[in-house]
Amino acid sequence: MLEVRGLRAGYGEVEILHGMDIDVAEGEVVAVLGSNGVGKSTLNNNLSGICVPFGGSIRFCGEDIAGANPARIVDLGLIQVPEGRRVFPNLSVRENLELGSYRRGKAARARNLGRVTRIFPRLMERFGQMAATLSGGEQQMLAIGRGLMSEPRLLILDEPTLGLSPILVDEMFELIGELNGEGLSILLIEQNAVQSLEAADRAYIIEHGVVAMSGPAAELAGSPDLRARYLGL
Amino acid sequence: MDATILGAAVINGLLLGGSYALVAVGLTLIYGVLHIINFAHGSMLMLAMYGAYFLLMKAKIDPYAAIPLMVAAMFAAGYVLYRGLIGRFSHGKDENILLITLGLSIVLENVALFFFKGDSQTVTVSYSDRMVALGPALVPLPKLVSFVASLVLCAALAWFIARTDTGRAIRAVAKERHGARLVGIDVEKIFAVSYGIGIACLGAAACLLIPSFYVSPSVGHLFVIVAFTIVVLGGMGSFIGALVGSLIIGLTESLSGLFLGEALGQIGISLIFILILLFRPTGIFSK
Repeated sequence: MLEVRGLRAGYGEVEILHGMDIDVAEGEVVAVLGSNGVGKSTLNNNLSGICVPFGGSIRFCGEDIAGANPARIVDLGLIQVPEGRRVFPNLSVRENLELGSYRRGKAARARNLGRVTRIFPRLMERFGQMAATLSGGEQQMLAIGRGLMSEPRLLILDEPTLGLSPILVDEMFELIGELNGEGLSILLIEQNAVQSLEAADRAYIIEHGVVAMSGPAAELAGSPDLRARYLGL
Repeated sequence: MDATILGAAVINGLLLGGSYALVAVGLTLIYGVLHIINFAHGSMLMLAMYGAYFLLMKAKIDPYAAIPLMVAAMFAAGYVLYRGLIGRFSHGKDENILLITLGLSIVLENVALFFFKGDSQTVTVSYSDRMVALGPALVPLPKLVSFVASLVLCAALAWFIARTDTGRAIRAVAKERHGARLVGIDVEKIFAVSYGIGIACLGAAACLLIPSFYVSPSVGHLFVIVAFTIVVLGGMGSFIGALVGSLIIGLTESLSGLFLGEALGQIGISLIFILILLFRPTGIFSK
């Protein structure tokens, strides 16, 4: 479904990703793990078309999307829920969700509004409120809800648990399981390695702009090397 | 003070405010989305007024009938200006937009001066001198029409911004550009559309003004200084602030004209501007 080959990318003159290969197949949850500053955001900005790669290819559902504009990428159903939520603070919860279907999923807007508010009943309670007045956890729900409104074929979740309380973190991983259970493919970008490896089918460990390790999540979780370097076990 | 005279001054002030409203709403919309003061606002209004003037003189199109035409033409002009000039040469820097719009206003004014000379032109339509009794006041029909039409158009614009996807996208882009890109909103296009709408307001304002006001290459200054005051008074970027601010400023101008003499009417506006900057620099309707 998503095929990233030899992706080189960065900002201005500075190359941050030095040739990265990543795959996501239909129906998978794939985790991309790495600490701060290894290039996770750069990867995301290139997948969503915010940045133009220096080299390599990005194919999504058979189409080359490297350097395509973000709107085209949304049209294809590659939807990103960004780090820091990036909800529209001056719009109501309802309007935020409606704008999720600005380009894709417009025809089924009413039905999807119903679906998203069933997944997140909290958003229903806050339906008319400005997004700025929501708590961090609620804003995260809203950001994911907005992503779901565009009927994603592949949903990229960028650090969805950042800043959430432990209970909410657990709920977030439960939700990822549920959404995947309904057939949604998910690319999970996270720092939280332990729980991400539990939730994912496969994982990539990123270090210094390259894939340092990859494989089935269960295998990686058991790897002594990784446990020592990453999980501090 | 005779209550009738006071009442008449209040009514005239509100009508005057109504004619400022569209100019101020356009200015505040552009500021709210692009975060820049559009220094070309006055000269674009001047251009629109010449447009309405020539449509009447050369094509015999009544200014009121010309509203849809001028709105469409000014929207297109604003959109193209943003796409071709402002957006392209600003390189994403607000201070560049400022300079470009300032430069644009100087060019437009001098081009107008070259073609139209410095004289003021006025038009006469059949209803130019028609007066209507409005409570204690006898007001010129064009001013009443201008007031009502301004408010109706502002309401239509408010509905558009509040209820349509493009309106939501305009508000979304104003505060969260990255998030907007990720839902597939073409941010540059929304900038151009917002600029176009702000300029389109001037198209309507021009048609409503021309039956009762003169046009000259420098006519824009007159309105734009008042419009700046209104936008600061109402809160930069606030739609409702621009509307209420217009009425307050219209009233102020009319009442200070009544008490201080016609020639000093604008003193009240300057006074309000200073007071706002001293005591509530973010404006009445700012959050």
